Order: sequence, then structure tokens, then C-alpha cells
Amino acid sequence: MLAFNFFGATEGGLFDINATLPLMAIQVVALTYILNSLFFKPVGNIVEKREKFVSNNIIEAKNKLSEVKKLEADLLTQLQSARTEAQRIVSEAENESDKLYKEALELANNEANASKEKARLEIESQTSAARDQLSKQADDLSELIVNRLILEK
Amino acid sequence: MFFNSLLTNFAALEVGQHLYWQIGNIRLHGQVFLTSWILLGALLVFISLGTKKMENDPKGLQNLLEFLWDYIRDLARTQIGEKVYRDWMPFIGTLFLFVFVSNWGGALIPWRLIKLPSGELGAPTADINTTIALALLVSLSYFYAGLSNKGWRYFEYYVHPTPIMLPFKILEDFTKPLSLSFRLFGNILADELVVGVLVFLVPLILPIPVMFLGLFTSAIQALIFATLAAYYIGEAVEEHH
Repeated sequence: MLAFNFFGATEGGLFDINATLPLMAIQVVALTYILNSLFFKPVGNIVEKREKFVSNNIIEAKNKLSEVKKLEADLLTQLQSARTEAQRIVSEAENESDKLYKEALELANNEANASKEKARLEIESQTSAARDQLSKQADDLSELIVNRLILEK
Repeated sequence: MFFNSLLTNFAALEVGQHLYWQIGNIRLHGQVFLTSWILLGALLVFISLGTKKMENDPKGLQNLLEFLWDYIRDLARTQIGEKVYRDWMPFIGTLFLFVFVSNWGGALIPWRLIKLPSGELGAPTADINTTIALALLVSLSYFYAGLSNKGWRYFEYYVHPTPIMLPFKILEDFTKPLSLSFRLFGNILADELVVGVLVFLVPLILPIPVMFLGLFTSAIQALIFATLAAYYIGEAVEEHH
């Protein structure tokens, strides 16, 4: 019974093709439209909106990050230049003070030398004056002695 | 003797029996429509519940539906391509959902407990009319997709890469719906029959692994059907250079 019913019996059978086919096709097409408006469109909208939101946020965050990095680099170069500037000023000041110190030292040295020289000259003149006086006195004394000796004779 | 009784037992499974509805001159397989309406109704209720209150932070059912949507989008996008997958996603998704719900509904719900005057309720995809309807829709879709996307240049596909391919490509237009419909029909019907026979012969425990296998087959068949449909459409809209 089964074996004969399997294929192509007028009534029933596994391969009994009838109006079920086009009606089922229409049903599936209708289901496509229903599911599109009920499921695919709304869910798609919300999922794609979220994906857009997330990707926008990621892009924004990336932009901000790059901006921060740029600012950081900027700051670093500024810091670097400030540092070199400071170093320059410090070394300049050091040079200046060194120069001033040297100048002052030279001035003081010169002054000291001059006063030393003056003192030396003074001492020398006084020495020579004293010597002159001494030799004059010695001359006087010797003349006196000579005179006395001569007079006693 | 045993063989005879087995045959009568098989007959008790009522293979190839239908519940006929007569409307005017046309005859319909009533059991197919009954089960499909119940299952599609359940699907629509499920989907409307899940999409009733959609939020940006998905909760509960919305999560599941979004996962499903994503799954279908990936399927359509990989097979059809970035350019036109949006147009065909609802169709591919409907095919997938319809076949999946039909297969699983047929396997999970104990339809046999509901007695009909003739035939019995079961997976709508175990009826050749349903599967041929689906397969013909796929054929129409890929023709439409090819023609609407490339116009008459669509027929370049038949002589691509060489004109030698022409007869094979024409033959393919017939084998595609044939293989689509018979693959689905055969798998689901065979699963129902195997489970039915096993339940009839050994009503305890033994059918359970086969039932699980049936669930697996059902899911795989839904995926295969949707993937192949998407692949055919993708093949039709693909640009040859």
C-alpha cells in the first residue's frame, strides 16, 4: 500500500503537488514583507544606529587622543626651549659675573700695585734722602774730625 | 509475515497522507497550512514581543533578536557582497527563519497527539509543495537580482569564463531549485520518518539521540538553504571583469 502510494498516486502520496505550492509561495512572500517591517527594519535601524554611535565615539576619542599627543609634544618642545633658554641665561649671567669679577680683580690689583709702587718709591726716596743726610753728616763729621786734628797740631 | 506487519505498521505512520481542503476547484494540503500558521504565528508573536520596546541598551528578547539580525546580516553580506546585500537581507532572513522555525517546530512539538481525520501534522518543510515553493522563490529572486542589477549583461554570466559553459549554466538553472527543494524535503521527511519508526518500534530512550540528531539536521538545513539562496543571488549580481 505504502510503496504504491509513495509516487504519483492520484490521491495523496509524498510527491502530490497541488495548489499548496503557489499559496505557500505567496505566504512566504507576504511573510518577507511582514518580517521586513516588523523585524529587519526596526532591529537594523537600532543596531546600525548603535554601530554608528560607537564608531563615531571611537573616531572622536582617536581625534582627541591625537590632539592630546600633539599638545603633549608641543608642551615638551616648549619645555625644552624654556630649559635651553634658562641655561643660556644662567651661563650668560655666569659669564657676566665672571667678567665683572675679573674686572674688579684687575682694578683692585692695579690699585694695589700702584699704591705698592708709590709706597716703594716713597720708601726709596726717603731711603736715599736719609742716606744723603747720613753721608752729609758723615762728611760734616769727618770734616770736623779733620779740622780738630789739624787745629790740635 | 513480519515484513507484512512492518508494512502495516509503516502505514500507521501515514506517509503521504494529506488533510485535503477543497476550495472551489483547487485542493490544498491543509495540515501544511495549519502547522505553518501556528509556527509563523508563534514566530511573529515572539518577534513583536522582542521589538515592542527597543532601547539603545538592549535587554532580554531584544538581545536575542539583535543577535539573530546580526547573524543573518553576516550570512547575507558574506554571500551576496557589500553592495547589494541590504536589498536581499529580509528575503534571506525570512527564508532562514521560515525553514528554521518549520524544521524545529516540526521536530519539537508533539504534533502526533493531535488527531486529524486524514494525514497528520508535522513540519511544513516535510511537504514537497513547501520546499518547491521556497526553491522557486529563490530562482525568481536570483534572476530578478541579476537582471535588476546588471540588466541584459546578466546573461554574460552564462558564457563566463568561456561559451563552453553555456549548456552547464542553463542546466544549473534547473538543478539549483531541484537540489534546494529536494535536499530540504528529503532531510526533514527522513528525520520525521526515522523518529516515527523508532518511536513506533522502541518507544523508550532509543529515539532520543535520533531526535537530537534531527534537531541538529533541522538547524543545519535551515542554514544551508539560506546560505545557498544568498550564494545564488550573490553569484547573479557579481561583476565579472
